[in-house]
Amino acid sequence: MKIFQRLVPWILLAIALFILPAALDDFRLNLFGRYFSLAITALAIDLIWGYTGLLSLGQGIFFALGGYAVAMYLMLNTKSLAGGNGIPKFFENYGVDQLPFFWQPFWSPVFTLIALWVIPAVVAGLVGWLIFRNRIKGVYFSIITQAALMVFFHFFNGQQKLFDGTNGLKTSTSELFGQLVGSPDMQVWFYRLTVLLLPLAFLVCRYFTSGRFGDALIAIRDDESRLRFAGFNPVPFKTIVFLVAGALCGISGALYTVQSGIVSPQYMSISFSIEMVIWVAVGGRGTLVGPIIGATVVNYLRSLVSEALPEAWLFVQGALFIFVVVLMPDGIYGWITKGGFRTFLAAFGIAKKAKTYPQIDKEAIPVD
Amino acid sequence: MSEPLLELNDVSVSFDGFYALTDLSLKLYKGELKSIIGPNGAGKTTFLDVITGKVRPTKGTVSFKGKSLLGVSEQQISRNGIGRKFQTPRVFENLTVLRNLELSASPEKNALSLLGSGLPQSSKDEVHRIMNYVGLTPFATVKAGSLSHGQKQWLAIASLVAQAPEVLLLDEPVAGLTDEETLRTAELIKSLAGDHTVVVIEHDMEFIRDLGFDVTVLHQGQVLTQGPLEKVKADPRVIEVYLGPPEQ
Repeated sequence: MKIFQRLVPWILLAIALFILPAALDDFRLNLFGRYFSLAITALAIDLIWGYTGLLSLGQGIFFALGGYAVAMYLMLNTKSLAGGNGIPKFFENYGVDQLPFFWQPFWSPVFTLIALWVIPAVVAGLVGWLIFRNRIKGVYFSIITQAALMVFFHFFNGQQKLFDGTNGLKTSTSELFGQLVGSPDMQVWFYRLTVLLLPLAFLVCRYFTSGRFGDALIAIRDDESRLRFAGFNPVPFKTIVFLVAGALCGISGALYTVQSGIVSPQYMSISFSIEMVIWVAVGGRGTLVGPIIGATVVNYLRSLVSEALPEAWLFVQGALFIFVVVLMPDGIYGWITKGGFRTFLAAFGIAKKAKTYPQIDKEAIPVD
Repeated sequence: MSEPLLELNDVSVSFDGFYALTDLSLKLYKGELKSIIGPNGAGKTTFLDVITGKVRPTKGTVSFKGKSLLGVSEQQISRNGIGRKFQTPRVFENLTVLRNLELSASPEKNALSLLGSGLPQSSKDEVHRIMNYVGLTPFATVKAGSLSHGQKQWLAIASLVAQAPEVLLLDEPVAGLTDEETLRTAELIKSLAGDHTVVVIEHDMEFIRDLGFDVTVLHQGQVLTQGPLEKVKADPRVIEVYLGPPEQ
């Protein structure tokens, strides 16, 4: 089982890099590229929720920030999308003739590549630090992150002059290196990029969860105030992982945006951020392979179900979540590594019971 | 006598008008060993809460080595050298026994310094020594959550010792232990005497006698009396509020 656990990531990587591109058509491959970019978000949520116990319902903020950063860069640098002033056409619709100041640096590819993860990281670090230093924990943390998500959603949705409001920014018709971003060739490159960045995200998460820093994270999840009495201040630990998770979500959002062709405030909808948590729960939290499996399986199922029965997906997702919570509390990966099918039978009371001491059951204990 | 190491002066703690401690004054000198007994609700645990920064006193001062502890965070007080074991054994359930001890023993408490660097060899040796002493070596790689209650108690005490504080505050270290384990715990605590200052809160009078420390009796948030165990046991007020009449 140990060897199996060690091999799983490599097997998955090999399948993703060599088998999927050969086996799938462009459309399917693009879908898998999206799943894998979402898997980076799942890893980030596992880092903060699975390991540290911080259930954030607002990761969509950081996901969308990364997406908006890359989308604006692409729009700015595409001549066919520019209006009279050399800035994207949508600005004209709202009577804006000058690019808002905060978009100015996004002409630069280097700045954009840095900003798409640094901006979410800084926002996450700041929000996290404010929450953690005030010792806000548990459910209250979840509620605050969800409230923050709503604030961001309404801001991006309402500010048409800055972000094109509810329409979002379209990247599929923009150009990169003289090619359309939405073209099949480009999409294959984005797929490859995603497949290479996902293991990197995996390694980043492993760096933070192994060793003594990782022990401290688990200690925070188990008994945070006890950790204080051991002389550790949990605030920097939590801020650091929340910041790292924000950065990962930003990268994930950027990759997802270029592969789905659009970024819109819908990426900051409440349900999407909750779905992210579901991927982790389904895959198996507290393991690093689990979230990748979860994000891929759930989103693949979503595509399959949506194609066959467009209305049914939400019911299936709900059922899947209940199924996992009740029968696979450790998620798919935890279920595989901890006994598999037997645990199902045990849940229905038909599994073989563990051996007990028959002599204690049968023989009366002599009384003297 | 020299400066007291730890000093509480007229400390009162009120929870919504209910006083858990009323004008409690207590001095603790370096190397002093003290047992604290008293009926439930006497304020024993609140007394530790005040020292370790968990509860801020409504009134009064608390100082350690001449510096006030008021408003100082729990982690800073711990780093200053005051360690505490809680009434119910609190261990990190999803870490192994070894990792529990190593985390407590870590001389670096800074988040960034824990990244990448391992535990220094001297701390590792110390952890193994302590783990061996409390007999948890066979369970080194077992998650703390699956230990028995008694083993968790010992892991909690061992974690505290691994933390190497100057002052050890032990809240009911032998609750739920067998007689033999209790005896061994007493030995462990006595072995710490000398270079440590130890305060033990217990209900187990047998254990208090084994320790042989001076006893302070708390009652209704105040010091009722203090002195050697035999003297305290004979005090009619202690018998009335805590011990009850001697058995026939």
